[in-house]
Amino acid sequence: MARAATIERITSEPVLAQLVRARPRWLTWNWLGVLPFFIFLAFFQLGPALNIAVGALTDDRGHITLDNMQKIIGDEKLQVQRNSYLNTLEISVITTAAGGVLGFLLAWGITLGGLPRQIRLSVLSFCGVASNFAGLPLALAFIAAIGRTGTLTHALASVGISIYPAFSMSSFWGVCLAYTYFQIPLMVLVMVPPLDGLRSEWREAADNLGASRTQFWRLVMFPILLPSLLSALALLFANAFGAYATAFALVGAGAGESMVVSISVRAQFSNDSMTNPHLGYALAFGMILVIGLTVLIYTWSRQRAERWRRSIK
Amino acid sequence: MRRTSRLSWLWLVLVGIFMLAPLLATLQLSLQAEMRSGVPISLKAYVDAVSNPRGIPTFDFIGHLSFSFFAALLTIVISTLLLVPTAYWTQLKLPFLIPVMEFLTLLPIVIPVVVLVFGLETVYRGQFLTNSTQGLYWLMIGANVVITFPYSYRPINTALQAINVKTLTEASQSLGAGWANTLFAVIFPNIWVGVLNGAFITFAIVMGEFTISSILGLPTFSVLMYSSSTNQVYQPAALTIISFGITWASIALLQFVGRRSAVADLAGAR
Repeated sequence: MARAATIERITSEPVLAQLVRARPRWLTWNWLGVLPFFIFLAFFQLGPALNIAVGALTDDRGHITLDNMQKIIGDEKLQVQRNSYLNTLEISVITTAAGGVLGFLLAWGITLGGLPRQIRLSVLSFCGVASNFAGLPLALAFIAAIGRTGTLTHALASVGISIYPAFSMSSFWGVCLAYTYFQIPLMVLVMVPPLDGLRSEWREAADNLGASRTQFWRLVMFPILLPSLLSALALLFANAFGAYATAFALVGAGAGESMVVSISVRAQFSNDSMTNPHLGYALAFGMILVIGLTVLIYTWSRQRAERWRRSIK
Repeated sequence: MRRTSRLSWLWLVLVGIFMLAPLLATLQLSLQAEMRSGVPISLKAYVDAVSNPRGIPTFDFIGHLSFSFFAALLTIVISTLLLVPTAYWTQLKLPFLIPVMEFLTLLPIVIPVVVLVFGLETVYRGQFLTNSTQGLYWLMIGANVVITFPYSYRPINTALQAINVKTLTEASQSLGAGWANTLFAVIFPNIWVGVLNGAFITFAIVMGEFTISSILGLPTFSVLMYSSSTNQVYQPAALTIISFGITWASIALLQFVGRRSAVADLAGAR
């Protein structure tokens, strides 16, 4: 009797319908709308990223190990790769500082500094274009300007100043110069909204309470701007650290391998029969770690800035 | 206040000189192709770059430009088709995904382009995506969609937040429209400015994209520029000016279309 009832229950409703009814509560049809995107992301970003993480943290037999990562720090044979990390860190710090300062000054000029509205619009437009101009065209533009046979080089030489061979566009400082070029617009674009959010009433209030200009900047402006500044600088750093095209075009694959980590990673591509395939994974994973940390700082700072901005509305 | 203004002008001029100098120098170089024959300003570099007089395939301007152009269009189409429903559904039905999407927009910054290509290469080694030119093309398109995702998602999301998605959807459904109809006939026309915004940024990024295509060996516009720069003197300068013109046109169109938005967050390939 019971057996007949069970058989009737199982066959009376299609199996698929029963499965659908038995699914967990949160798995609604709504997920279908976002599924294509997430599947795509899984294939084209999450999968590769996970693969790199696994490749970096395991050895040939599949056991988890920090060996690959430690080798970059310790192994003498990997001096080139180690140098690439140090050099890239240096380049990123230098260009973040330079781009940050110059970008901030320009951003300040077009917001609090009182430059005309038309100038502000033109600067913002140009920054939008300039930050997209980065990469190969930028490198070529710098070579055209102050490369060995560049127009500015010639112009300076004709008045007696010869910058070569002391300076070369294909060097560490050439790369720094080119990077600064796209760091400045990024800084401007990121700092203009927070600077716009500063109120002139605060300056009046400070004046009322007898604050000097220095005190105003040190005790009022700077603390307020600090989270936005920090997030902007973190973004610039991440930007510089992960850059590839500009350095590649200026320095080339050979010298670039010891100068920029991204070129170092790229160099691992052609090595199908390398002694340690995990080196490429470790280098790539290292990049993700460094930039990941920077982006964490960026996110945290931004949230602090947002929270503060909301609290004063 | 006047003293403040003078300093502002100073920074503007100083930084302005630094930013304009390379562009002006490139422009000058591009016009100097016939300098040695005594013609100070000539468009020979541009003509040579575009027409490829010796017919060398590596310098095929039209071929490379159209390759990049159609790659950009394809990227825009796929990107829009993936992002608009996702953003819409997230806003409407799955609000807890909003922070997830925010996190995902940071991934392309955390995972640099070289690392992404390295990962894609190793994951799909020996399969269709990596062992045929056709496969590599789709790998590039996929990578393009991934790297432009943050820049195209933001305007779409902003546009969706600006309209009342819930009310529009309910109204449309109460009149008998299905999901597809609602999405294409009701929602999409209201956010098309945001979509267009994203499309222009994506276009600019893909047109200038070098890393992915150079590593995978695909004939994009930037690869043409690179080959040109290793062999020639004046044509690369002309190509750089043309590339700048394309980027400028994309951003100009974007700002013309999205006049209402305050400051667009823009950053491209490096």
